[in-house]
Amino acid sequence: MPTGPIKNHQTESFPDSHMLANSLRTGPDDQGHFGLHGGRYVAETLMPLILDVEKAYEAARCDEKFQDELRYYLRHYVGRPNPLYKAERLSDLFGGARLYFKREDLNHTGAHKINNCMGQILLAQRMGKKRIIAETGAGQHGVATATVCALFNLPCTIYMGATDIERQKPNVFRMRMLGAEVKAVTSGTATLKDAMNDALRDWVASVEDTFYIIGTVAGPHPYPAMVRDFQAIIGEEVRAQMQEAEGRLPDSIMACIGGGSNAIGIFHPFLDDQSVRLIAVEAAGLGVETGKHAASLTGGQPGVLHGNRTYLLQNEDGQIADAHSISAGLDYPGIGPEHSWLHDIQRVEYVNVTDEDALKGFQICTEKEGIIPALESSHAIAYAQKLAPTLPKDHLMVLNMSGRGDKDLNTVASALGVSL
Amino acid sequence: MSLDKTDQDYAMTGRIAKRFAALKHENRSGFVAFITGGDPDPETAQQILDGLPGAGADFIELGMPFSDPMADGPAIQAASLRALQAGASLKTTLDQVRRFRIKDSETPLILMGYYNPLYRYGVENFVQDASQAGVDGLIIVDLPPEEAHELHPFAREKGIDFIRLATPTSDSARLGKILSDASGFLYYVSVLGVTGTASAPEQAIQDAVTHLKSHTDLPIAVGFGIKTVDQAAMVARIADATVVGSALVERVALGLDKAPQAGDRSALVQDLLDQAQTLSHAVRIARSSAA
Repeated sequence: MPTGPIKNHQTESFPDSHMLANSLRTGPDDQGHFGLHGGRYVAETLMPLILDVEKAYEAARCDEKFQDELRYYLRHYVGRPNPLYKAERLSDLFGGARLYFKREDLNHTGAHKINNCMGQILLAQRMGKKRIIAETGAGQHGVATATVCALFNLPCTIYMGATDIERQKPNVFRMRMLGAEVKAVTSGTATLKDAMNDALRDWVASVEDTFYIIGTVAGPHPYPAMVRDFQAIIGEEVRAQMQEAEGRLPDSIMACIGGGSNAIGIFHPFLDDQSVRLIAVEAAGLGVETGKHAASLTGGQPGVLHGNRTYLLQNEDGQIADAHSISAGLDYPGIGPEHSWLHDIQRVEYVNVTDEDALKGFQICTEKEGIIPALESSHAIAYAQKLAPTLPKDHLMVLNMSGRGDKDLNTVASALGVSL
Repeated sequence: MSLDKTDQDYAMTGRIAKRFAALKHENRSGFVAFITGGDPDPETAQQILDGLPGAGADFIELGMPFSDPMADGPAIQAASLRALQAGASLKTTLDQVRRFRIKDSETPLILMGYYNPLYRYGVENFVQDASQAGVDGLIIVDLPPEEAHELHPFAREKGIDFIRLATPTSDSARLGKILSDASGFLYYVSVLGVTGTASAPEQAIQDAVTHLKSHTDLPIAVGFGIKTVDQAAMVARIADATVVGSALVERVALGLDKAPQAGDRSALVQDLLDQAQTLSHAVRIARSSAA
C-alpha cells in the first residue's frame, strides 16, 4: 500500500508502489488494480462475461470507427461540447477565486451520466447483446440508460431501491415513458447498494444475452476504467476551453463525489498536471460524526463489495453500513477504486459537506446565477463557497456542474418546509 | 509457509476426503445441508447445526452472514439478515463451529460466504481461527481464481480446502483456471442465477458432471435450485454430493411465522431437521432405488 507524507500540491512526486513511472493516468494494471484497490471480486458465473467485456472494450477503445460513432452521438444527441461558463456573480459574492462551471447539466437528460451510457450502449451493441440492465439511485443514470435504450431499441430493466422510487417519482415516470421496466428493490435497505445487488443477481441469471451498464466508476474491472474513459471527455473539454478562455490551465478543479464518475471524468486529464489542485466533495449527510453520512473516504475502511476493493462504510465485522445523504445520487456506501487509490497517494483532496450546507449551495446558485443545480453538484458549490474566499483573485477554479436540479425540487421543498 | 505436505497428503487426511471415500465405498451421493450461521438466533442455530448429522447430513455448509449477499436468492438473503439482526458476526459463526465440534468430530464442515467479512477480520487470523475451530473447507463466492491468491495459500497452509465453483458458463479453458488450485471437491453451480430459484433439468446436470469429470478427479457436488425430494434424488443419482440450502433455510422463516416470539423454538428446529431427514433419505437411497 502506498504511504508517504502529505504532499504539497506544487511538488513533483507522488509516491506509489508500481504506477509511479511518469504518469498517474496509466492505471489500472492488467488485473484491474489501482494500488490496493479495484480487481474482479465477482461470482464465478460472471467471470467469463467480465473477461469478454474487458476484451471487447479494449478492442473498441482502439477502434477509430467506434470512437467516431461515439463522437457523433455525443455531439449531435448529447449536445457536446457543453459550455465552460464563467460564474461571475457567484465569484463576486464568494470573493477570491474566479469560478467557472463545467455545464454537464446542459447535456441531454440533464446530467453527465449520458456520456457513459452512450459509450456502453455502443459497446453492448458491438458485443451483440440483446438486453440492458442498470441500477440507479437518484434515477439520473436510470433515465440516461432508458434514453439510450429507447434510441437503440433495446429492452431494459432498471433496478431502483423502493425508498429511492418513493423520493424520485418524476424520474421513475420518465424511465417508464422511455420504455424501461423499473423494478423496485425491497431487499436490504432498499437504496442504491441494494439496487446494485439485484442488478448483479439479474446479470448472473441472464449472462448470455444481457449487458450491465454500470453507472459509476465502480464494479469489477474493466468497469471503473471504462466508465472513467467515457467520462474523461469532461476534463478534456475543460482543458481546451480554459486554454481558450484564459490561455492556461485552471488552478483548481472541484467535483461532488458519490461513486465518483463525474469527479474522475473531470480530474483524469489533469492528474499529471501537478499545478492543478483536485478536490472531491463527499456527502457528509447529517455530519460525519453522526454516522449518518455517505463519505466513504472520510469515514470508511478498505473492503470488498460489488466486484471491487475500495473504501467502504462498514462495521468492524465487515457488514456494509447504510449511507445517508439528502442527495440520492451520493447515497452509496462505497466509492470508485481509482478514487481510493488517488486518496491513498494523496493526489486528490477528499473533503465533505453536510446536507444543510449543500441545501444552501443549491439556493445560492439558483438565486445568483439562475442555474438550478442538482443536489449532488450543490455539495461542490457549498465547498467552493468555503474555499474561494481564501484564494487570490487570479486563482481559476472549475466546478463540475454535474447535473441540473429539477429532479430535486420536491426534496428541497420538503427540506425547506414548503409543500408543493 | 510450510509446503512440505503434498496435495496428495491433504486429499487423504481431511474429513472431507475421508467422507467422500466412504461415500464412494457405499456407492451413494452425499447430502450437503446448508444453513446460515446464527439464524434465527444463536441458540436455535446451534441446535439446528448440532442436529444435522443425526438428520443425515453427510456434510454441512454453514453460511457466514453478510449484509449484501449478491449470489443469494430471497430465502438465504432473509436468513442472513435475520442472523445479523440477532447479533451474528464472523466471530459468532466460528464460535458456533467450535461448539459443534465438541459433539461431532467427524462431519466435514464448510464455511460459505463473501469475502469482505474475512478481509476485515484479517485473512491470516481468520484461517488460523477457522482451522482451530474445526472448519474443513471454505467457499468464498466472490473470490474467483483471479483474486484467490489473497486467501488460498493461507487456507492451504492450515489444511483448509479452498473449494472452487464451476458454473454453466465455465468452458474448458476456464475450467483449467478454476481447477488449478481446487481441492476438497468441486462445487457445480447448476443454474445461471442465484440460490433457491430456478432448477436445472436432469440432462443438463448429467452433461455438466460428465464434462467436469473429464477435467478433474475431485468429487463433484451439485447445488443451486435443488428444493424437492424428487430433485434431490435426481441429482443424487448423478453427483458425488447433493447440496440443499434454501429449502432448509425456508423452514426457519416458516417456523418464525408460526411462532414469532423468541423463546422456545424447538418446534422450528424439529421441523427443519425433519425436512433435512426427508431430503437426506431421498439422497441416500437415490441410486439403490433407481437400480
